[in-house]
Amino acid sequence: MQNKSRRRTILPGFGLSLGYTMMYLGLVVIVPLSMLFFKTSSMGFSAFWEATTAPRALASYRLSFGVAFLSALINAFFGFIVAWVLVRYEFPFKKIINVLIDLPFALPTAVAGIALATLYSPSGWVGQFFDKLDIQSAYSPLGIVIALTFIGLPFVVRTVQPVLESIESEIEEAAASLGANRWQTFRAVLFPVLFPSLLTGFTLAFSRALGEYGSVVFISGNMPFKTEIPPLLIMTKLEQYDYSGAAAIAIVMLLTSLLLLLTINLLNRHVSRRVNDELA
Amino acid sequence: MSSLSISRIKTESRFVQWVLIGVALLYLFLLLFLPIILILVSALKKGFPMYVQALQDPETWVAIKLSLFVAVVAVPLNVIFGLFAAWAITKYSFRGKSLLLALIDLPLSVSPVISGMIFVLLFGANGFLGEFLAAHGIRVIFAVPGIILATVFVTFPYVAREVIPVMKAQGKDEEEAAMTLGANGFQIFTKVTLPNIKWGLFYGVILCNARALGEFGAVSVVSGHIRGVTTTLPLHVEILYNEYAFAAAFSVASLFIGLALFTLLLKHIVGFRLKREGLK
Amino acid sequence: MSIEIKSVSKSFGEFESLKSIDLVIETGELLALLGPSGSGKTTLLRIIAGLESADSGQIYFSGENLIDTGAKDRQVGFVFQHYALFRHMTVFDNIAFGLRVKPKAVRLSEAKIKEKVSELLSLIHLDWVADRFPSQLSGGQRQRIALARALAVEPRILLLDEPFGALDSKVRKELRQWLRRFHHDLKITTIFVTHDQEEALEVSDRVVVLNKGEIEQVGTPEEVYHRPANSFVAEFLGDVTLFRGRVDDQSVYVRPHQFEVMHVSDDPHAVHAEIIFLNPAGPLVKMELSGPDEQLIQVSLSQSEYAELKLKKGEKVYVRPKEVIGGDYCI
Repeated sequence: MQNKSRRRTILPGFGLSLGYTMMYLGLVVIVPLSMLFFKTSSMGFSAFWEATTAPRALASYRLSFGVAFLSALINAFFGFIVAWVLVRYEFPFKKIINVLIDLPFALPTAVAGIALATLYSPSGWVGQFFDKLDIQSAYSPLGIVIALTFIGLPFVVRTVQPVLESIESEIEEAAASLGANRWQTFRAVLFPVLFPSLLTGFTLAFSRALGEYGSVVFISGNMPFKTEIPPLLIMTKLEQYDYSGAAAIAIVMLLTSLLLLLTINLLNRHVSRRVNDELA
Repeated sequence: MSSLSISRIKTESRFVQWVLIGVALLYLFLLLFLPIILILVSALKKGFPMYVQALQDPETWVAIKLSLFVAVVAVPLNVIFGLFAAWAITKYSFRGKSLLLALIDLPLSVSPVISGMIFVLLFGANGFLGEFLAAHGIRVIFAVPGIILATVFVTFPYVAREVIPVMKAQGKDEEEAAMTLGANGFQIFTKVTLPNIKWGLFYGVILCNARALGEFGAVSVVSGHIRGVTTTLPLHVEILYNEYAFAAAFSVASLFIGLALFTLLLKHIVGFRLKREGLK
Repeated sequence: MSIEIKSVSKSFGEFESLKSIDLVIETGELLALLGPSGSGKTTLLRIIAGLESADSGQIYFSGENLIDTGAKDRQVGFVFQHYALFRHMTVFDNIAFGLRVKPKAVRLSEAKIKEKVSELLSLIHLDWVADRFPSQLSGGQRQRIALARALAVEPRILLLDEPFGALDSKVRKELRQWLRRFHHDLKITTIFVTHDQEEALEVSDRVVVLNKGEIEQVGTPEEVYHRPANSFVAEFLGDVTLFRGRVDDQSVYVRPHQFEVMHVSDDPHAVHAEIIFLNPAGPLVKMELSGPDEQLIQVSLSQSEYAELKLKKGEKVYVRPKEVIGGDYCI
């Protein structure tokens, strides 16, 4: 029946549950977040413009976009391989490794931060090799990339994995029966199906990387114009009691991540519509 | 056709398989496992007695107690919210539901630093309610209430996000059946709904709890780092690390490794149960 | 318990599910709400139960207006299409649920509850599943448990939404007869919703035929089958052929068994038609014939008539309606 899914019910508690939800959402999320706009509205447009486009701020956006993009790209590539290997092949400790993929979600960012900073410092286990090659890993943009790659690691794996699992072997058999070799089957049949999830995972990792603070603060060195990303700049401004300046940069960050979120949603909608069209 | 060439249709040659597995494992090892090993090795570097001593340090204990206290307050608040929100969203149809869902997810895309600073803007000395609070002698920022608020904000979506899909999958039939049998709203919820969503709820609580105990960026902004008063466990790790007490810092960090592994294990078990019940 | 429904209407957005329904259900009656998908039959049932609120209209149970009473307090037994058994409770706990949620003052003792549940379980012949969970039972068993659970609270009326919809055909048939006997023994006013005309005709005392939110006809199974009020009812309740006589250009509805088949005929009402399908397996021989203008005519004959006529597929014969639906009914 067409109207069954929209069928209303008169189960008790609508007013109470929705009312409480709205009130709590308002008090915990909406009111505090609106403080950003409240604070910046008092500073006037020119001051806002000045704060958000100061050379130091611009440098931090550039750095942030660059390192976030690079780390998301690294994760897209290796995360795809990890997802593929976990779904398709058998190897020792596979189950445990699969569980551990989510570790960056479960570990406090500060803990990841101190571990990575120690590991990649010039005297660290890995950093010493970089040092011999005269590459500075910790306290450089490279260090930030490493931290952000760690933080974003689960996203691509966890978005690609279920899609890869749901692909029926029949489509691969069909491709093979039509004479395609393995690489052709991958490129022409599997990859197009997996690409939307790869893109979603990439965007999630990218957007997470843009806001990251805890893991970066230890490894970056926090040098203005060199290794200072916007969250670190906000922190500095807060310590100098420049609340308006901090709020202005926060608004730029917030709007950027909302834009990314919107992009993901539109992307998903577009993709699911395309898939539905193909099924229909 | 030999069995070998049949299997070739759906998988790659042994060589390609092992190369891909090797790449994936190396990537995971360098980025994920090495930091964990480093933390555990560094924690135990000076021997087990020193490790135990570092954990028995009074400041560590204060930090553990504060973190647990914050989680004990923040998690139940978000559990209550999550249940109300899930009930409203899954049992009724109303306008603006997708907007409400997007707003519930909003804190996930807010940088931790911003999540902290909005409460400074609201309750800080120069904040929106600063004068009012000062006049009444209430301290929120650089005090425990601020830490709790920031934690509630950051962990806000976790329970709702896990409970909503499970409750949605259950439908409304059982609740309606209970209603025709004379059960009141409270009885319907406790005797019918709650037992049905218990695994999803537990899943949400685990994630919410891990995040509440481990939140660093947001708490860092509102805490003021007053030793022994407003230092949560992640902040304590930071302080120890910045004071070059590396062994102690990694000893405390190892607690988080334990917590993370425990969380992932529970998450895995619960995920398995949800899958078995066909709800995920 | 008699039920009176007075000008009940209900819309879902633009969709008018029920258009001012009036209906009286007598005490002890077994009533079928029959109609196609979207006819509003389930909505009407849910409004009677209080699971849905009507936009307008009144509902009386034995003269008492219940339009503002919630489902919780209407004392109706509702059996859901997919049973809605509580999956985390045993069969026993499911049936006992309604008894246990009663306010303390009127609640039975646990011993009394146990006694009552056991009684109900033996009534539905399922004593041995008390400690099982719903997921361990077959569809037919779940259906009976759902019924027992609804009956446990001694409802004033029993409402069943597509009670046999989710079952396979053999179990369906058995449960139909069982429900009929069950109602005969209990004599509780019962309304059930179905889209299956055979089910409605076989089980109920009276049938309400619904279409697009309106009642097309109310009557005994015999009445609605043999004397349909209009073409919708005629077509919905069984196979019919819209038969256009050649003489007076009159069109009539004819059921398959109302045709006479002949090798030769000079009757002006008879038409010449070719047998394009023939199935002698079953109590009746079913045939499809292609008449003038390739009109499809559905005919059923008794096995003896068939043997006498020695019909074969591809043969051309004369068919004539012996009688038509509703006697002199015509369009």
